[in-house]
Amino acid sequence: MKHSVRLVIALSLLLGLSFGAAQVQLTYWQYEFNTRIEAMNQLIEQFNAENPDIVVVQETFPFDSYQQQVASAISAGQGPDVVQLFYGYVSAWQRAGYVEPLPQEHLSHEWIESYFIPMVESVKIDGEYYGLPTAVRSLALFYNKDMFREAGLDPESPPATWTEFVEAAKALTVARGPLFERIGYGFGGQDHHLIRTVLTNQLGTPPYSADNREVLYGAGTGEEALRVWSDWQLEDRIGVLEFIPGTSGYREGFITQENIGMIIDGSFAIGQVQNGAQFDWGVAELPTFDDGVQANYGSFWMNGVTPNAYSSPEKLEAAARFIEFVTTEAAMQLWLDVVGELPAARTMIEDPELTSDPVYGAFIAGLAYAEATQFVDELAQRNVMLDAYNRVLLEGMDPAESIAIAAAEDQALLDQFAAE
Amino acid sequence: MSFESQTTPRSRISLSQREAIWAYLFLLVPLIFFATIRFWPAIQSFRLSLFTWHVDPARRLFIGSQYYEELLSNPVFIQALKNTLLYTVVTVPASIGLGLGIALMLQAVRHARGWYRAIYFAPFITPAVAVAWVWGWMYNENFGIFNRVIVEWWVFVERIGLPWLAIEPQRFLRNPEMALYSVAAVVIWQQLGFQVVIFLAGLQGIPRIYYEAARIDGANPWQLFRHVTIPLLNPVLVFAVVITTINALQLFDQIVNINFTNQGGPLNRTLSLALYMYQEAFGRARLGYAAAVTVVLFVIILVITLIQLRLTQRRVEY
Repeated sequence: MKHSVRLVIALSLLLGLSFGAAQVQLTYWQYEFNTRIEAMNQLIEQFNAENPDIVVVQETFPFDSYQQQVASAISAGQGPDVVQLFYGYVSAWQRAGYVEPLPQEHLSHEWIESYFIPMVESVKIDGEYYGLPTAVRSLALFYNKDMFREAGLDPESPPATWTEFVEAAKALTVARGPLFERIGYGFGGQDHHLIRTVLTNQLGTPPYSADNREVLYGAGTGEEALRVWSDWQLEDRIGVLEFIPGTSGYREGFITQENIGMIIDGSFAIGQVQNGAQFDWGVAELPTFDDGVQANYGSFWMNGVTPNAYSSPEKLEAAARFIEFVTTEAAMQLWLDVVGELPAARTMIEDPELTSDPVYGAFIAGLAYAEATQFVDELAQRNVMLDAYNRVLLEGMDPAESIAIAAAEDQALLDQFAAE
Repeated sequence: MSFESQTTPRSRISLSQREAIWAYLFLLVPLIFFATIRFWPAIQSFRLSLFTWHVDPARRLFIGSQYYEELLSNPVFIQALKNTLLYTVVTVPASIGLGLGIALMLQAVRHARGWYRAIYFAPFITPAVAVAWVWGWMYNENFGIFNRVIVEWWVFVERIGLPWLAIEPQRFLRNPEMALYSVAAVVIWQQLGFQVVIFLAGLQGIPRIYYEAARIDGANPWQLFRHVTIPLLNPVLVFAVVITTINALQLFDQIVNINFTNQGGPLNRTLSLALYMYQEAFGRARLGYAAAVTVVLFVIILVITLIQLRLTQRRVEY
């Protein structure tokens, strides 16, 4: 596979050199993740074959240094023409000039808004789109069916409400004195989204105002959301943060160490669970409160254009054609097969084959009511929520007081962004 | 070369002048290197701190000292500054004291000194990332070796009927009051080998003759240490203090990797200035503000180093 890609690139380069400067070269960047690189290599191979006047070359970087690489390269006038970015980065990147608006003459807003699921519209800034996704993610509950059986729970009826969730998690937890040997729920990972977006929305108020200028969770249901979540650790003792250290420790504990009974994770984890789990597992839609109001957190990585792509009209057109190519239904299907992420086209998420799939089904169902919280500053806003729950868990602060501090800090970030 | 110079009397400049010219010529190479990759970027980052950040220089807005004013009123910056100073105050005396103590003991060891030295030096050459990850596991609440020992001890003292001797398992990295010291312990452990090796070298450089003379005058071991070892070790001590301080002020790798999920946490209690700067620059794309942090960090390191050199170099006696 890799050889053929190189061959195509080499041949195209040769052709390009021999037939003059008519050929446009595009550099594509994304972070390193095996299946994503593989999927993109296949797409690039197809694209290069179909578009002899364009050559796309993929370059990848470790996730931890990805933003640093982008910042340094683009500031030096080098690096990618088309770049993959997390939707949550878009405000910061747009302000710093790492991404430019998608050219409307090639990628019209009418097409974007009719073709993609509505979540994509959540990152429109000042009337411009800065990227389009090949795939989207939502959250769902992964659970270990073997552990359910062992604990005397029915593996075919996963918890549907948070009350059932806590009961199941209690049954799964094995404590030894003040420490745990096995926990019912793997805290960490996506929990800041769970509190801010999922629980707050389920309890009845959105976390932010529609124009994203105002933090609403401080006065709204944020307090209750934080209290419910904290009590899972403080009162119900169904687990603890950093049970397994590391960013994906909760997932590792679920998949390989088999000492975590349930995790809430994004669809991006499907591939890892499928490849790694040596036990019987299942996926369920996120539980709700007793009134059954559903909410979910959606997110996506998207393909944007950098100032480099604006260096010539030919390059910009080529970049737009490439973005169009990697967001076709065929590309989305390939991404689903290779990476396991959900398609971003409206038509595809209604496909009965997907909605009834035992694994994808729960995520697809979640997508229908998922909301991609708009961030002005993903890192800082994430830390605001982490600090909010750490004040409760580690310093014994009341959730009401802690969420008020968080809302004030968050509001300051929104204000700062609006002012700049 | 000096021999050749003496045999070529054609030149009009004196030998010493010629040697000086050659010396400057050779020095010029590293000087140009440092000027382009060290000093020029340093000046540039000061310039950067006066503008908002944008990749296109034409779209950077001049805001003067606004970022510096923001710094002083930003509680996270203040916390990072406090932490950084605390790291320095904790790690520098501890690693110098322990390093000197171990070096003195090793000097008294006759057999296998090289082995001991190698053992103490091993942590220093282990990558900080690996060290941080392993210590992260050792500190882990549920599976870490420290809490394991604490729990075993608990079980033991209960069995022998002395339950009041039991200790609660600790949240080494998650307790806001303890996290910074847990990280500092790792840094001290890692730097120890470096201190031991340079102190050993320093101790071996002190001529035996002084000790013999002092002993004949009736000096006891403490007096030997206080009045012979310390003064003659002073240059090495100065070097160790300055290097360790600068390392402590620039602490980054260990903090980033020991709590990867919440870098600098919990509640910013382990956040260092260097990590704060990195997060602002690359996590939040605020390079102008981050440059202002760098400038402040630079000034702090400069001032502290100058004060240290003043205070410690006065006492050099030969």
